[in-house]
Amino acid sequence: MGKYVVRRLLQMMLVLFGATIILFLCLFVVPGDPITTLQGEGRQLDPSTRAALEQRYDLDKSIPQQYISYLGRLTQGDLGESYVYRRSVNTILSEKLGNTAKLSLASIVLMIAFGVAAGILAAVFRYSFFDVLVTLATTFAVGVPVLIIGLGLQNVFAINLGWLPLQGQSAGNRALILPAITLASLDTALVSRLMRGTMSEVMRADYIRTAYAKGLSKRVVMLKHALRNSIIPVLTYLGIAFGGLLGGAIIVETVFNWNGIGLALVGAIQSQDNPIVLGAVTYGVLVFVLVNLVVDVAYAFLDPRIRLE
Amino acid sequence: MTDQAVPAAPPVGEITLEAGAGGFGGAESQAAAVGGMTRQTQFGNIRRRFLRNKLAVLGLVILTIVFVTAVFAPIIATHPPTAQDLNITLQGPSSEHWLGTDELGRDVFSRIVHGTRIAVTVGLVSIFLALVIGVVLGSVSGYLGRGWDALIMRVADVFFAFPLIIGAIIIILVVGRGVAPVIIALGLFSWATIARLLRSSILSIRESEYVEAARSLGAGKWRIVTRHILPNSMAPVLVYAMVSVAGAIVAQASLSFLGVGVPPDVPDWGNMISSGQKYFGFKDYLWFFPSMAVVFTVLGFVFVGDGLRDALDPRLR
Amino acid sequence: MSEALLSIEDLRVHFHTDAGVVKAVDGVSWSIAPGETLGIVGESGSGKSVSALAVMGLVEVPPARYESGRILFKGRDLLIADEKERRAIRGKEISMIFQDPLTALNPVFRVGHQIAEVIQAHEKMGRIAARAKAVDLLGEVGIPNPRQRAREYPHQYSGGMRQRAMIAMALALDPVVLLADEPTTALDVTVQAQIMDLLIRLQSDRGTAIVLITHDLGLVAGHADRVLVMYAGKVAELGTLDDVYYRPRHPYTLGLLNSLARMDQRRTERLQPIIGQPPSLIRLPPGCPFNPRCPFATDICRREMPPLEPKDGPAHLAACHHSDQVALAQSPAAS
Repeated sequence: MGKYVVRRLLQMMLVLFGATIILFLCLFVVPGDPITTLQGEGRQLDPSTRAALEQRYDLDKSIPQQYISYLGRLTQGDLGESYVYRRSVNTILSEKLGNTAKLSLASIVLMIAFGVAAGILAAVFRYSFFDVLVTLATTFAVGVPVLIIGLGLQNVFAINLGWLPLQGQSAGNRALILPAITLASLDTALVSRLMRGTMSEVMRADYIRTAYAKGLSKRVVMLKHALRNSIIPVLTYLGIAFGGLLGGAIIVETVFNWNGIGLALVGAIQSQDNPIVLGAVTYGVLVFVLVNLVVDVAYAFLDPRIRLE
Repeated sequence: MTDQAVPAAPPVGEITLEAGAGGFGGAESQAAAVGGMTRQTQFGNIRRRFLRNKLAVLGLVILTIVFVTAVFAPIIATHPPTAQDLNITLQGPSSEHWLGTDELGRDVFSRIVHGTRIAVTVGLVSIFLALVIGVVLGSVSGYLGRGWDALIMRVADVFFAFPLIIGAIIIILVVGRGVAPVIIALGLFSWATIARLLRSSILSIRESEYVEAARSLGAGKWRIVTRHILPNSMAPVLVYAMVSVAGAIVAQASLSFLGVGVPPDVPDWGNMISSGQKYFGFKDYLWFFPSMAVVFTVLGFVFVGDGLRDALDPRLR
Repeated sequence: MSEALLSIEDLRVHFHTDAGVVKAVDGVSWSIAPGETLGIVGESGSGKSVSALAVMGLVEVPPARYESGRILFKGRDLLIADEKERRAIRGKEISMIFQDPLTALNPVFRVGHQIAEVIQAHEKMGRIAARAKAVDLLGEVGIPNPRQRAREYPHQYSGGMRQRAMIAMALALDPVVLLADEPTTALDVTVQAQIMDLLIRLQSDRGTAIVLITHDLGLVAGHADRVLVMYAGKVAELGTLDDVYYRPRHPYTLGLLNSLARMDQRRTERLQPIIGQPPSLIRLPPGCPFNPRCPFATDICRREMPPLEPKDGPAHLAACHHSDQVALAQSPAAS
């Protein structure tokens, strides 16, 4: 198991390197003038400021050396300075991180509570009315993009029914409801389908028949034997989904005006504040890779066949 | 009489069946084991099963409508999509303008119809690109293994680490807005999953017994690859590709919504939703109809994808 | 003969599928007495496994239907008992072991835990006591280092060891009947012998009745008291081991025996397989299901299903219109 963890750790490092290379290329190499990229179009810089910036970003050095210093800055948390706000990108983003985290956690809770539960029930009561209902609902959630679900929910619950706040976070936890549901929708549907599918397959396994043959009740067989075997791919997926939430958060935070990293990213795109854009993306990738590592290690724990190799 | 040394002879006339791993079996598998039926999935079979699935057929109908609309957009649209008429701005649906007009007096229906072209083009071309890259790299990874496999998978991991929209944003940031950048960006961040899927498919089939059987019968490597491995491993990839197109269309609309997709004057669903947001609550048709267009198209691909998957997987029924 | 412990009477289990009705078990009766070994022989698809699953109540009832029959255990008809009663019997009074021990054990739980589970499901025993008993059982079935092995997972065991563990699990609560469905088919030949020896030893220790279900005539020859031959969901022949092996009265049995390579005979002729294929259980031919392949078949065979009747003494039954001809045509060893 130790070997497995080390191997995954190394892989993670490689991926991080790769991702930073891509970001580096986008920042410094591909654009004709990195300073313009960093500082935004249409900004006229006087020569001394430009020289200072060039020095700061080591632009006079060779490209590999630039990459090294870029990495160096990264590890120190230096993501550059926001063109618009004139503050460290890192500072700006870490302020908003908490909000995005809250939203993400709420979404995960929804995914587990509804997705997993619905999937289990659909599998156990296969082809029943509930199963059909769940299948329809999940198809709907998969087919309707997050963007539109958000807008739709807003329209119905906030504007027409007035039950929930339209945007922003001032209403406390109530404000969390619609955005969290929107963000969780797609993944909840996928989780529920995955759970149903995996569990249905597991339910046909020989060891389930053995469990019944031992005289165990249906409840024990389903919730202990079947679930334990089916949950593994679902947990893996949940982990991946969590890591990738930033993609969805961009849209959800925009629609609901939720002051998190996603909203900052969008604002930065529109105001061409590229350092923030790239900083936010870096955050996102970092979280994704880390979460994936955790998921992989957890997977090894859950599946003894891997754990003991 | 009880002769312990009697060797066990195979029973006479035993039929081979593929009742799954001797499984407990859903009804059919149990019954199949007992009834002596063998199952083989072939093209005609697949098609029949697909067509039996009502949702899948519905999806096919939807997709046909969408494609026809995209191809014949100029004929189907009632007005030119960019024609502005500042006298009739923000009018609700009427007999003249079936879905109303937007804030510049443009006909919403026609814009939606033309938007189909962008959506379909971007969706299909970007995923086609992803397929080309993904299939090539995935096959190399799966067949050649070892070093190639490790290398390609690491590269795939890197691309995989970027959620679709985020990766696309980065590329567009660097290259600029427009249809081509969107296509390339979406393709670049979609190939990784396809490659992985194909690779794992190939790996599991490569070791399966019927390939071994073919090999032992003297089939050459090339024949094995083309006749046995490739057709079977492509199946999950094709299903996924369907769903990816849906994802690409959504991503493209989302990118436009965020202001990083196709240029703002182009009639595109995402753009329409974005500008419609200003009138949220009192001119809802501005964002609603383009949204429905997206949902409609996406559902078409999802239904067809699901139908394909169910038709190709013999165990699922 | 002592009174039957478990018997099934005229059992019919039909599966209603999209393709038609599969008559998996169609009018089967057998019984087993305490401590006896009954061998049920047949090909895949003969219905032998389904009848055992029916006893255990493990047949999925929506697609399957019990069209008729009774399953009598200790005087009670299990088919009309409620689920709670059946569950109390499963694993405790009637146990079953299956063909492939690798897939039959849950890969994510330790072996010792899986054995302790069946104990705790039926008896009021604490976790520690149950675990200890599981360790004892593993030792009893011949697994070395049982304490350590109990903490391991199924994939860490060899095939033979897994089957031993399954046997330990099945016999943990001293059932009076053990249904063994192809217990050795998935194992190496040498291991097969070991497992059978183990079963015999445990049987003599505990007096368990064993229903040995297999397609392997040799296996049955070594271990059964009585033999039941099944074909296409029906009973072809039933009798003691000697009866069936030396005085077969059904053409199918004769065919099976003739196709067997036996070491107690001189081989001067070629092995004779039974021509043709087993029938589809959805489209059974009218009359006797074996008639398309039977060298003795005549008109009546194609019209009327022969009743299962005593042919050679009251305990030797066969379902054939022409048993007398079968008697005449016996394999050379029978004289």
